[in-house]
Amino acid sequence: MHPAFSVVFFTTATGAGYGLLALLGIFGGFQIIPADFWLGIVGLGLALGLIAAGLLSSTGHLGRPERAWRAFSQWRSSWLSREGVASVITFIPAGLFGIGWLFFGRTGGWVAIAGFLAAIGAVVTVCTTGMIYASLKPIAQWHSRYTLPAYLIFATMTGSVLLNALLQSFGVASIAVLALSLLITLLGWGWKLATWRHNDRLEIPTTANTATGLAGGTVRSLEWPHTEENYLLKEMGFRIARKHSAKLRRITQALAFWLPMLLLVAVFSVPYPFAAVLSALAAIAQFAGMLVERWLFFAEAKHTVTLYYGR
Amino acid sequence: MIHPPRGANSAPSQRPLADTRAPDEGDGVDTSPSVSDSIAKTTCYMCACRCGIDVHIKDGKVRYINGNKDHPVNRGVICGKGSSGIMQHYSPARLKKPLLRTGPRGSGEFREIEWEEAFSIATERLSTIRRTDPKKLAFFTGRDQSQSLTGWWASQFGTPNFAAHGGFCSVNMAAGGLYTIGGSFWEFGEPDWDNTRYFMLFGVAEDHDSNPIKIGLGKLKARGAKVVSINPCRTGYNAIADDWIGIRPGTDGLFVFALIHELLKAGRVDLDYLLRYTNAHVLVVQEPGASDDGLFVRDADGNPLAWDRVAKTSVNAADPKAKPALTGSFAVGGRRCTPVFQMIADRYLDDSYAPDAVAERCGIAADTIRRIAAELAHVAFEQTIELPIAWTDWAGRRHETIKGRPVSMHAMRGISAHSNGFHTCRAIHLLQVLLGTVDVPGGFRFKPPYPRSAPPGPKPAGKSVRPMTPLDGMPLGFVCGPDDLLVDEAGRPTRIDKAYSWDAPLAAHGLMHTVIRNAWAGDPYPIDTLMMYMSNMAWNSSMNTVETIAMLTDSDEAGNYKIPFIIYSDAYYSETVPFADLVLPDTTYLERHDCISLLDRPISHADGPGDAIRHPVVEPDRDVRPFQSVLIELGARLGLPGFVDENGSAKYADYADYIVNHERTPGIGPLAGWRGKDGTSIGNGEANPDQLQRYIDNGGFWHHDFAQDQRYYKMANRSYLDFAVQMGFIPKAEPIVFQLYSEPLQRFRLAARGHGRVLPPEGERQRIETYMDPLPFWYMPFEEAVVDLEKYPLHALTQRPMHMYHSWGSQNAWLRQITSQNRLFVHHRAGAGLGLVDDDWVWIESINGRVKGQIKLVDGVNESTVWTWNAIGKRRGSWGLKDDAAESNRGFLLNHIIGDQTSADAQGKRYSNSDPVTGQAAWFDLRVRVVKCRAEEAGFTEPQFERFQQPPHFEPSPDILRFGAEFRMNREAAE
Amino acid sequence: MTCLPAHPDKKLGLVIDLDTCVGCQACVTACKEWNTGGHMAPLTDIDPYGGHVDGVWFNRVHSYEHTTEMGGRTVNFPRSCLHCETPACVTVCPTGASYKRASDGIVLVDEDKCIGCKLCSWACPYGAREFDSDVGVMKKCTLCVDRIYNDNLAEEDRVPACVAACPTSARHFGDLGDPQSAVSQLVAERGGVDLMPELGYHPTNKYLPPRAHTQRAASVPAKALEPVRAEGGFLGWVDRMLSN
Repeated sequence: MHPAFSVVFFTTATGAGYGLLALLGIFGGFQIIPADFWLGIVGLGLALGLIAAGLLSSTGHLGRPERAWRAFSQWRSSWLSREGVASVITFIPAGLFGIGWLFFGRTGGWVAIAGFLAAIGAVVTVCTTGMIYASLKPIAQWHSRYTLPAYLIFATMTGSVLLNALLQSFGVASIAVLALSLLITLLGWGWKLATWRHNDRLEIPTTANTATGLAGGTVRSLEWPHTEENYLLKEMGFRIARKHSAKLRRITQALAFWLPMLLLVAVFSVPYPFAAVLSALAAIAQFAGMLVERWLFFAEAKHTVTLYYGR
Repeated sequence: MIHPPRGANSAPSQRPLADTRAPDEGDGVDTSPSVSDSIAKTTCYMCACRCGIDVHIKDGKVRYINGNKDHPVNRGVICGKGSSGIMQHYSPARLKKPLLRTGPRGSGEFREIEWEEAFSIATERLSTIRRTDPKKLAFFTGRDQSQSLTGWWASQFGTPNFAAHGGFCSVNMAAGGLYTIGGSFWEFGEPDWDNTRYFMLFGVAEDHDSNPIKIGLGKLKARGAKVVSINPCRTGYNAIADDWIGIRPGTDGLFVFALIHELLKAGRVDLDYLLRYTNAHVLVVQEPGASDDGLFVRDADGNPLAWDRVAKTSVNAADPKAKPALTGSFAVGGRRCTPVFQMIADRYLDDSYAPDAVAERCGIAADTIRRIAAELAHVAFEQTIELPIAWTDWAGRRHETIKGRPVSMHAMRGISAHSNGFHTCRAIHLLQVLLGTVDVPGGFRFKPPYPRSAPPGPKPAGKSVRPMTPLDGMPLGFVCGPDDLLVDEAGRPTRIDKAYSWDAPLAAHGLMHTVIRNAWAGDPYPIDTLMMYMSNMAWNSSMNTVETIAMLTDSDEAGNYKIPFIIYSDAYYSETVPFADLVLPDTTYLERHDCISLLDRPISHADGPGDAIRHPVVEPDRDVRPFQSVLIELGARLGLPGFVDENGSAKYADYADYIVNHERTPGIGPLAGWRGKDGTSIGNGEANPDQLQRYIDNGGFWHHDFAQDQRYYKMANRSYLDFAVQMGFIPKAEPIVFQLYSEPLQRFRLAARGHGRVLPPEGERQRIETYMDPLPFWYMPFEEAVVDLEKYPLHALTQRPMHMYHSWGSQNAWLRQITSQNRLFVHHRAGAGLGLVDDDWVWIESINGRVKGQIKLVDGVNESTVWTWNAIGKRRGSWGLKDDAAESNRGFLLNHIIGDQTSADAQGKRYSNSDPVTGQAAWFDLRVRVVKCRAEEAGFTEPQFERFQQPPHFEPSPDILRFGAEFRMNREAAE
Repeated sequence: MTCLPAHPDKKLGLVIDLDTCVGCQACVTACKEWNTGGHMAPLTDIDPYGGHVDGVWFNRVHSYEHTTEMGGRTVNFPRSCLHCETPACVTVCPTGASYKRASDGIVLVDEDKCIGCKLCSWACPYGAREFDSDVGVMKKCTLCVDRIYNDNLAEEDRVPACVAACPTSARHFGDLGDPQSAVSQLVAERGGVDLMPELGYHPTNKYLPPRAHTQRAASVPAKALEPVRAEGGFLGWVDRMLSN
């Protein structure tokens, strides 16, 4: 699949944004983190900013962005529509939560309920995003039991690392959050390794034989229906060399998991403001790493239409 | 349905829904949009096939084109080219106005001129030639469908130097067939698709008769009849064969002889058929050294004789009561003689034609050859069919049924384009005739006006060429012996293309591919003006393109071009236009009149004759004129006889006027339908002023269906022969005898032995002796015979993709998307041996040069053969293509490395790279080697040529095409 | 509406005979020609005369080499929308632009609703949908919905353009939901197959497999030829035959 930047950025940014929003809602609602105005404005601003930037970026993928509103109509069948609905609905409790926190300076009571609802909305939205990909049968690497958990894990992971960076920066570090971010980054790494291992061993029942209905033996593409690349090949015929892919997997691991984990471990033992700097670095590195991860998520996904082209 | 379904695709599974009322879906889809304001029925010209088309006009533009269901050629279907006609019509490469060269030849620098200036330049030049030496005009047309006009024009001008592109396309098939059975494969005959049970297809055949063949293949497939293809490449029609025989190129003749060998040995030939319809029983003089050795034994009236095995005496071979012998040796009038059949048996029963002897050279297992022979015999003799229709033969014998042997064959370019193609074609006809499958139910059938006598009557005109004097006939015809050749006292050719000379005695279509070289070399003489139409001679229609381009631009010491003046007519900015001095822009096929005439290449099928017209269905939006009308006006301005009346004024206003009013012989004109003042005659009758309207009213064509008893055995069917005489197809209602043994060829052989009035020069005698064999034989294609096969181990072939054959596809926005780069297809094992993988760039090298392209490894090709799609490679600056187009950057033209001449023989003479009998260009003889190119050479083709300048007022081609948006906009606006 | 109709009244579709298709591209350009002025007009071509030409087409013909132990065959393979019974391209559509008609089962795109998110093309395993980047919407085969019911065409012409054009009769059209229909009978007789059945889209269009090298191949029960017997070999045989 063609790794379009608009979509790569969209899923990465909204993942981090919803992760952060959910954690702010939960930790705020349970009063685990203080209802500090600046923490609130920066934290919620960052979460909603990432979400908004992601959603905006996703419209860059649309042929007719001015009609994007139509996408809310088909929630009964379409995960993309559900994602749209969920993302917008989530803004309501998130907004109330923000008002409570920022204008009333409190995160308890009805504000906490709004926070929990925002967290639920965020989780639902991330699930719908994951399901968009997990539901696509023509792409075996996506249509797997690894995809939905991955979206949830990575949203939580990037959200928690961001939250930790925020808390560290505001001098209100929480060991629980730090530990969570470290553990979930480890989980993220493990999940990614398992996913890759699964994908590398994937035996896809759909072959050039079943694609053409020609039973037995080998089916080799002789000539394409067109000489130059068409929409199908540009959109779904993306190929990545094995060597290139291996290198990018190493970069993903280094930036998204190893470096953040090292930095987060170090945070346990260094004082403010170094802890804040290291936490911020961890968040930045991880976000960059996740962009690479998401790029690979597309680039390594093989659509069945490529079988028709002998790719 | 009340009416029976029309058209080819009318099986129950191809019909409309039982109820075509739109369901009440409520989704707002307009299921009944208005389609067209009018429908014009005319004839397609996207290739040589001449299908009937319905052109739907909407808002003054062509909305879409579909096949005419009533048309005898395509019966409603349409090919990939036909549907893309719109893009040809609206092509950005279309010329706009007459052009006069201003820069050096080949630069593409022109200025626009008015038609009046164009006419006066041409008239002045041509009238000088006509007054002094008419043969200094060489007039060669390409994919011309008006040869009865263009040839007649040349004849009235007085130049013998006329031909169309058949010399590099089809003449081996035409001559091979016409000299043998009086008809040919090509598009002048067809398998009996409805009855055949075993179909053999030889070589590339996608070039002619394409929709009829495809419709026929569909019928065979629907019935489950067996399709066997003999072709080095497993593409196109060969893909659907039940049995694909991946033969080595140029060895089809050997394969066929091995089949004949097997059939003879097993006694599986139709003796009765041979006796009735062929010269198998005719006696041939067997006296080496005699001046009539190898000629037929004839009676005082010139009738060939046979030996009556009952009466033990010689008899007229045509005597229906005779009991002729097919074997033996006899003395008639003191001369030793044997029947033709004895000679056939002697030759092909020889072990050198046994399957085991040919298997390796053909690349076909001997067992496979034996199996095919057995299958042929089984279907021909065990699955005989009989139609319950009574008919009467030429001798008045009534037959209660029509007997058929359901084996049919077709062959075309794959056989034609080799230097041994004439004899190979004859070999296939011999095989058909031995099986008794020509013009019988289930066999191969003639399309009227064929069969004609083998060979047909008219001889080539041009023996005497005088100023201001028409030739005494048409420039192209059929020679019957050396006396008919167009050579001077010294045996030198008198035609510029050397047709009908000792180089190519049976050159029934001329040799267009030699004209540029001969004119450049002044061999046999220099010319003044070369006038061409619709043939891309500076690119894909020439062999040895690089040198051809150099010849077109070469000048003498005085700085004058060696070919002094070139007039060219084309509708598009092709690679040839920049080499013309005067360019006459043609219209597209949707803007003009044409006639698809029985005098030329009609639209008949085996069940009846037909012809057709084109008529303007849209108005030209630019200053272009149909070439045929231009030619008629030029003829009038020159005062050519036949083109002016007694007062010297133009006889015909334009081509349409000519089509209706011209009479070649009294009562016979370009169109056969609705003749006579009241339009009630067919074939023969006065001109009918309403004729074109009658054609238009009938869907653009005329077709006559034979009575049931006229449809088979046309070579000897009295009812058919009488009809053919009435239509002017043949002069007399006499049977057409298949010439298994060709006496005309033997006459050339005798000349080579010193007998006769017209003798070949000493240096030509061996060649004539060898190749003018009266019985078909096989020899190694010339290039293969001379090149070092270790150095050039591979055969190289080209074919056009089906969606572009005989079409000008590369400026077509739709067709070029399908193929804009050609690959060299290499067999996997051959590729592995050369260390090649898919997408590698390679040099393809022949003794004539090298060209670079990209490869694709395949299984479906003969292992010693590589091939590519032809004419995809284009020169930068032509056809309205942008500079980055794949055609000029990655596509390649194999023509660059195909020599236009043979290697020098012992005397140092180089012949045209052609069949020695017919002069057919030997495109497929090419031998190559394939060499992986260096890394820095990969990614682009070579040789590269300088980019052409664009003609004045040529807008750059668009970056985006939204064809059809306007129809929808107008439709929606109207709602 | 992107929910699928429970029981379409008809299952209109195509049957494509791979045993007969010669790869001539007739159906391809006939489709382009009709549809570029039809319901989804235009079928835009980007860079039509340049090096990166890329147009919208609803029907494409591939070619393959299929090699089994029994032998090899070149197969020309037309590919277009299969009008599946459970088309994910419809259900994934967030706007309702993609839909399957309840009356005849045709899968269509309502251009006015399409936002060009391309998800339907991802969801289609067959590559049936092509994006028109000029208009910004997805386009696809309409099964010539503007031909098969078109009152402005002669009744006999109310078939998809590709079926009308096909010179070898390799394309068939009809109601595959009706087991008695001519197309259903043809599929049954020739062992028609679904493409990628394992994905569960239940394509309506069926493909008839090539027959060469299979039980269904045309064959001639010919016995090996034997040389003519007895005296005089072949020539003796000729004489005897003529004397009879």
